[in-house]
Amino acid sequence: MLGFIAQRIMKAIVVLLAIVVLNFFLIRLAPGDPAVVMAGEAGASDQLFVAQLREKFGLDQPLPVQLYRYVKGIATLDLGFSFRQQAPVSQLILERLPATLLLTGTAFAISLLSGVLFGTLAARRAGSWADTAITIMALIFYATPLFWVALMAILLFSVAMDWLPSFGYETVGANYTGFAHVLDVGAHLILPAMTIGLFFMATYTRMTRASMLEVKRLDFVKTARAKGLRDAVIQRRHVLRNALLPVVTLAGLQAGTLVGGAVLTETVFAWPGIGRLMYEALLQRDYNLLLGVFVVCSAMVLAFNLITDLIYRSVDPRIEVAA
Amino acid sequence: MKRFWKLLLRNPGGLIGSIILLIAIAVALFGPMIFPNSPWRMVQRPFLPPFTISGLPLGTDALGRDVFAGIIYGARVSLLVGLVSTLAALAVGIPVGALAGYFGGRIGDALMRFTEFFQTVPSFALAIVLVAIMQPSIVSIVLAIAIVSWPPVARLVRGEVLSLRTREYVQAAIVTGQTHSWIIWREILPNALSPVIVLASLMVATAILLESSLSFLGLGDPNLMSWGYMVGAGRTVIRQAWWITVFPGIAILVSVLALNLIGEGLNDALNPRLNKDGR
Repeated sequence: MLGFIAQRIMKAIVVLLAIVVLNFFLIRLAPGDPAVVMAGEAGASDQLFVAQLREKFGLDQPLPVQLYRYVKGIATLDLGFSFRQQAPVSQLILERLPATLLLTGTAFAISLLSGVLFGTLAARRAGSWADTAITIMALIFYATPLFWVALMAILLFSVAMDWLPSFGYETVGANYTGFAHVLDVGAHLILPAMTIGLFFMATYTRMTRASMLEVKRLDFVKTARAKGLRDAVIQRRHVLRNALLPVVTLAGLQAGTLVGGAVLTETVFAWPGIGRLMYEALLQRDYNLLLGVFVVCSAMVLAFNLITDLIYRSVDPRIEVAA
Repeated sequence: MKRFWKLLLRNPGGLIGSIILLIAIAVALFGPMIFPNSPWRMVQRPFLPPFTISGLPLGTDALGRDVFAGIIYGARVSLLVGLVSTLAALAVGIPVGALAGYFGGRIGDALMRFTEFFQTVPSFALAIVLVAIMQPSIVSIVLAIAIVSWPPVARLVRGEVLSLRTREYVQAAIVTGQTHSWIIWREILPNALSPVIVLASLMVATAILLESSLSFLGLGDPNLMSWGYMVGAGRTVIRQAWWITVFPGIAILVSVLALNLIGEGLNDALNPRLNKDGR
């Protein structure tokens, strides 16, 4: 097991390195001479300042040297400097990271639980009206653009019914403490988390349903039935347990999509996470910040994939270690 | 081929999806001829609610532009981007998958590591970065969507090729001394086509969602009206004018839903073994 973990971590590090190198070349592809752009962002563009910047950031060095410095910088968590926001990129990202983790974590938990629940319900009564209703609902949410769900949620629950706040992380100026603060953040969290959650719930519902229907046909289920086991036991122990394997794989692979969902949802709800930060960087064409967020998102996805790999391994002991 | 259409159209979802898609294609092709109002032109006072003036069924937006005209012109962008970017992704994914599956070994390994790398990177974030760096235009959007969506094609094609290349007729072709490219193109790929078609129809749907999301964030082609842009532009005034965001969103939802239904219908028609019960 330890060797397996070490191997997966090594693999993740190699991929991360490749992403960092990709990022380095993407920055070089960004329009304009970086030094001139930086000088412009800092509000001064005379020749001397540009030359100083070029030297300071090593832009006068040959490309391999620049790449080496860039990778070394990222290894020490230095993602460069955002001149627009006048702060180091890593500091800006760190400030925003907890909000994104709270949002995506909540959304992920809601969607996985409800998706598996609905998928199981639909598969157990395949062909019934409940199955049809769940299937249609999943089809619709699967096809709805996230940003539009977010806006419709605001229209319905904030504008029309005035139940929930439509933007931000907490009530500005309220200065709640203790439990009141938790409740306040929770109220702000509901709409954005539901927005991301609905799309993924649809995905997991479809996946669980299809997977359960497939497992149900297998021979060992027939054997279990022939042994005279109760239906509830067969469904839970035999069908669901095996049907969940592809769902776990899918959940791991979808971490990247979760990041995309966070960008759109945080933008609409003004949720102060790194998705919103990415949008701000985009509006200001702040390429250092934009690519910094991109690297951090990729690293998070890698970490998440690694964790699912390990969970998968504990759920399904048959998995080959050598792969 | 005839049998295939019959099977697709016998599936209720596939039938509904096909009808909706045909209507959307007709709107994209002929709508602008019947409806010459430019979607960028001011036609009435701003914030005109829907169903109040005949000729402007869906009202006007914050600048007095016709929302209905925007939806008609937006159909062109959505369908075009969806189709072209999927074709581009197939053009990358099919060769990569075919080569990896056919030759295997080191080449196959290297190609699959490359594919996995692109599958690991968060796709929407990468698309944002690519369009921002290349500057928003229809070409950069299509390229970015193609770059983030080819890996599943490569993986699927590789799997199909791996299982097909051990078949007797492929072995026979190898023995008779056919060239590798002839075997891949004439013997193997035609038989790997049906799952690729299913995947491609679902990819068009995903591409439409991606394009609308990019446009929503302000990364759309500035010269082309698109549904995502309309929702993005209406976002700030949603409290006063719900219709500016609601209608383009429905247009996206309906087209993506239609394509997903077609994809599932195709899947049922082409893989009759699967999904036999409960559907």
